[in-house]
Amino acid sequence: MPANRFNGHCDYGIGIGLRVPHYSHILSKKPVVDWFEIISENFMVEGGRPLELLDRILEQYRVVQHGVSMYFGSADKPDRTHLRRLKNLVKRTKTPWLSDHLCWGSVDGTYTHDLLPMPYTFAAARRTAEKIKQVRDFIEVPICVENVSSYAEFHASEMTEWEFLSEVVDLADCGILLDVNNIYVSSKNHSFNPYDYVNNIPHDRVGQMHVAGHTKFEKYILDTHDHPVLDPVWKLYAHATKMCGVSATLLEWDDKIPSFDEVHNEALKANEFIDGAKKAAV
Amino acid sequence: MKRPPKRAPARIASTADLRSFQRMMAAAVTRPLDANDNLQSKWIDGRPMAKVAAEFIKPNDRLTSFERLQLYNQMYWYRLFDAIRDDCPGLQAALGDKAFARLAQAYLAQCPSRSFTLRNLCSRLGEFMRRNPRLTAPRPALALEIARFEWAQTVAFDGESRPVLTAAALARTPPSRLRLGLQPYVTLLDLMHPVDTFVMSVKRRDAMRSEASNTPDSKVVHRQSLRRAPLPRPSRTWVAVHRLDNRLFYKRLDPAAYRILDALGRGVTLSRAIAAAGPEVRPAQVQAWFTSWMALGWFCELGNKRRPRAS
Repeated sequence: MPANRFNGHCDYGIGIGLRVPHYSHILSKKPVVDWFEIISENFMVEGGRPLELLDRILEQYRVVQHGVSMYFGSADKPDRTHLRRLKNLVKRTKTPWLSDHLCWGSVDGTYTHDLLPMPYTFAAARRTAEKIKQVRDFIEVPICVENVSSYAEFHASEMTEWEFLSEVVDLADCGILLDVNNIYVSSKNHSFNPYDYVNNIPHDRVGQMHVAGHTKFEKYILDTHDHPVLDPVWKLYAHATKMCGVSATLLEWDDKIPSFDEVHNEALKANEFIDGAKKAAV
Repeated sequence: MKRPPKRAPARIASTADLRSFQRMMAAAVTRPLDANDNLQSKWIDGRPMAKVAAEFIKPNDRLTSFERLQLYNQMYWYRLFDAIRDDCPGLQAALGDKAFARLAQAYLAQCPSRSFTLRNLCSRLGEFMRRNPRLTAPRPALALEIARFEWAQTVAFDGESRPVLTAAALARTPPSRLRLGLQPYVTLLDLMHPVDTFVMSVKRRDAMRSEASNTPDSKVVHRQSLRRAPLPRPSRTWVAVHRLDNRLFYKRLDPAAYRILDALGRGVTLSRAIAAAGPEVRPAQVQAWFTSWMALGWFCELGNKRRPRAS
């Protein structure tokens, strides 16, 4: 869906992640970019250079916040200090929507700083949805939850990952940040058909998409974000765009980061598939 | 984190089950790696780890349950170790790679992250090192000072900034009643070694190493310029780690100036803080220091929390 209630009714185009190696290029050359995604936690600080840089970016660009530590799936209650800091940042950036991951990563207040996969059970879905609603009510912006890549599955699971995602977003009445690369990575690690995943989620809830590169090892694939997007992921993205409509799309490139232009040009390849989806829809 | 259950729950039908499952998985993911950087072969109760992992993680046609869990275990340690290394290049250079790795592992095992951000990962490292001097032998005092200096850099980089007190605001209260706050991002350090210059030399060396890796003659540059930075010899040093225009700075302080700032930071009145400098300090000198500190924007309203002694 190009603009819906899960992305603040914003018809954003193709964005890239705001990363330190590109700051100087962006601030001096002022390249034309539809929007930047920032990692919320990098700017949930109380002062200094990060906030100064963010304010300079905000003067010229649209910014959307993406989090890595809300851990909607953790059994712990949301941390009020964390929420207050996040809300302060939301006021600063005026992000039209906020995304974080459908995962867990902390327990009893101890953090692993990882995006750990959920056991796909109905009780876990209810708890996760409840937490998403608590966060949304406090932050007061729409929330999209992102599917993570994973390397393990659990005996306790009662459904597939896409059924779990659908259950959670339905119970929480929230959006989906559909990470196409994560679907592909997990499909290889867990031997499922990635098209089954894309076909069986509520398409009208997709508010944003992610694409990224990954690394193949002998027995598994790692979600490394250090390569251009691979062809099978672009193909899956094209299919997802046909199913869900053209959505705000972001390329993630977080390691071995090349020049700004190289990253931006890689992101703009999405246009080919967006055009294809638009033609197919006519 | 509370102790994990004896076994991961077979069914997750409630939030309590979910918490129990997450305690089990988190305990396994954060368990220290073995000597070969692999998941330990025994669980905390002595059972084979392969058996424990198989109880809650499915294998697939390429990886056993143990191997799948090991991926998360290794990623946890690599990620957190990298974060500590990024924040503490001086400490790593002073201790050497092996001792630094031992320290990082012991620290993370005893003080796992309690913050949503890796920025705070080293916030308790100094206190941990003070309680465990054998981990930094034979120079625990020097290592502790480097750790404190490097944490002060993190604080100076993005710590809280409060509205700066103006000269007019200062003039409204007599010195006998006036209490000034120091900006939260300023850290005062009373050191037995000049670790500021040591850490700077390590960072310069690392920058050169990074550049050298892209040059054809990198081996030559490596030999000539990238020798291990010499450890600092004992020499009492007083430093303020701060920022100006959002750039990091280290300002060496006269010991009397340090005493004034330290006293102000602990919440004593201005007149008592100046008295702490000692009778040998001339009023003109004190005035010059205050002019400089005001220009740097170091003074703010006194917060609710007073600073502990810096040294």
